[in-house]
Amino acid sequence: MTRWHDQSSATYMKLDREGDKKRSWKGEPPGGVILNSGNSKEFSTGDWRAMRPIWLIEKCTQCLLCWPVCPDMAIPVEGGERTDYNYYHCKGCGICVEVCPFDAIDFIREE
Amino acid sequence: MAIREKLSGNEAVAVAMKQIEPDVVAAFPITPSTEVPQYFSQFVANGQVDTEFVAVESEHSAMSACIGSQAAGGRTMTATSSNGMALMWEMLYIASSLRLPIVMALVNRALSGPINIHNDHSDSMGARDSGWIQLYSETNQEAYDNFIQAVRIGEHTDVLLPVMVCYDGFITSHAVENIEILEDGEVKDFVGEYEPLHYLLDRERAISLGALDLPSIYFEHKRGQAQAMINAKQVILDVAAEYERLTGRRYGLFEEYMLSDAEVAVVVLNSTAGTTKAVVDKLRSRGIKAGLLKPRVFRPFPYDEIREALGHVKGIAVLDKAEGFSGAGGPLFTEVGSALQGIANVEMTSYIYGLGGRDVTVDHIESVFMDLKDRLADGKGNKITYLGIHE
Repeated sequence: MTRWHDQSSATYMKLDREGDKKRSWKGEPPGGVILNSGNSKEFSTGDWRAMRPIWLIEKCTQCLLCWPVCPDMAIPVEGGERTDYNYYHCKGCGICVEVCPFDAIDFIREE
Repeated sequence: MAIREKLSGNEAVAVAMKQIEPDVVAAFPITPSTEVPQYFSQFVANGQVDTEFVAVESEHSAMSACIGSQAAGGRTMTATSSNGMALMWEMLYIASSLRLPIVMALVNRALSGPINIHNDHSDSMGARDSGWIQLYSETNQEAYDNFIQAVRIGEHTDVLLPVMVCYDGFITSHAVENIEILEDGEVKDFVGEYEPLHYLLDRERAISLGALDLPSIYFEHKRGQAQAMINAKQVILDVAAEYERLTGRRYGLFEEYMLSDAEVAVVVLNSTAGTTKAVVDKLRSRGIKAGLLKPRVFRPFPYDEIREALGHVKGIAVLDKAEGFSGAGGPLFTEVGSALQGIANVEMTSYIYGLGGRDVTVDHIESVFMDLKDRLADGKGNKITYLGIHE
């Protein structure tokens, strides 16, 4: 009865990403309930990206207008200053590019 | 200690609900819902139960509220009928897929249109693929007993499925019968405390419910749901055995009445089984080997057991109080036919009866048995007969 608790959702996500490892129906919790909270950060949304923002550090004034408009958690802030993109989560929406008053973010096609 | 009472079917179920005292009852307070929420809301208003009663603005909302409540960790119940349940349709599937053991009293009434409020089984038969366990009840006593057992069946960790307890509108829901009810404490002991496997208000172990399920895993979740329905059959029998020890009343997957040596038999659900028993008695007194099989459990459908019980019968009439519109007989007929596939020398025929509350008398049922006798003699007869239709 407790076997579902033994597997973390991180394991589920990993298997899902790998694709080739199949999760048996027998190990699934009833109703597909997700047992660990806060696991959306484990989901790689970065692979949806068609356009990639590039942070031009020499033009950046650290005004931080980009940070609050990011719909994900792709612009990490440390010690009051933004750092480079978290490309694991950045979907390439380009809102930060639009909002930047200093042209400090380039926007290039994802290869 | 059993208590003798005189109750209508709806009163009996409302009393069962009071004795179970669930955490939440969410229901639409007016027609097409039933009297059950009305009676139960009086118990709440009088302080006889500690249940939270949620009067919602539609039946879709009633089932949605039940889903939220049960997912949060509360034992939750509702009651409805006919078009009321039709409006719940989308949420019925979500309740069963999320594996929430909600218990619902379903008073069987016709679906519109044309508009009709009387008894038939088109509502529950339409929901037969929704993933709910379905128990059917011939009498007020059975409605009461099924309702109490439903809690234990649905909540069993091998099952975790919602259960609908069906009984005939007006015939059973409004007619008063003498029944035996249990003491409040006996019911509370029997159902026990609800201990959900996972629930949203669990502060120690947060969960998410109802997330997007993509092709990589949806199929596996459906397979698990199917297994729960397969498992339910044994759980239903185990719960029935325990209930029999408490009450002396025996329940199985179906009831057999004079069936073991029968040559001709009727298969029929709910109150018409009572009418059929009277006819079987009459025919037996004339030396005709007539019998009855009354399914109690329609979902999961007891294929193997019904095959075992009916395998020796030469002529079988399956009576459906729902058209089903398959073009090939009623829904119970097609299921019983599947159960009997490959058995040689069985004459099977489908009867559609009583739609929209059309009265079905002992004379109608007797004509079914006589037709079966004739069919066995000359091999002729309809595949589908509309019993009592004005031709």
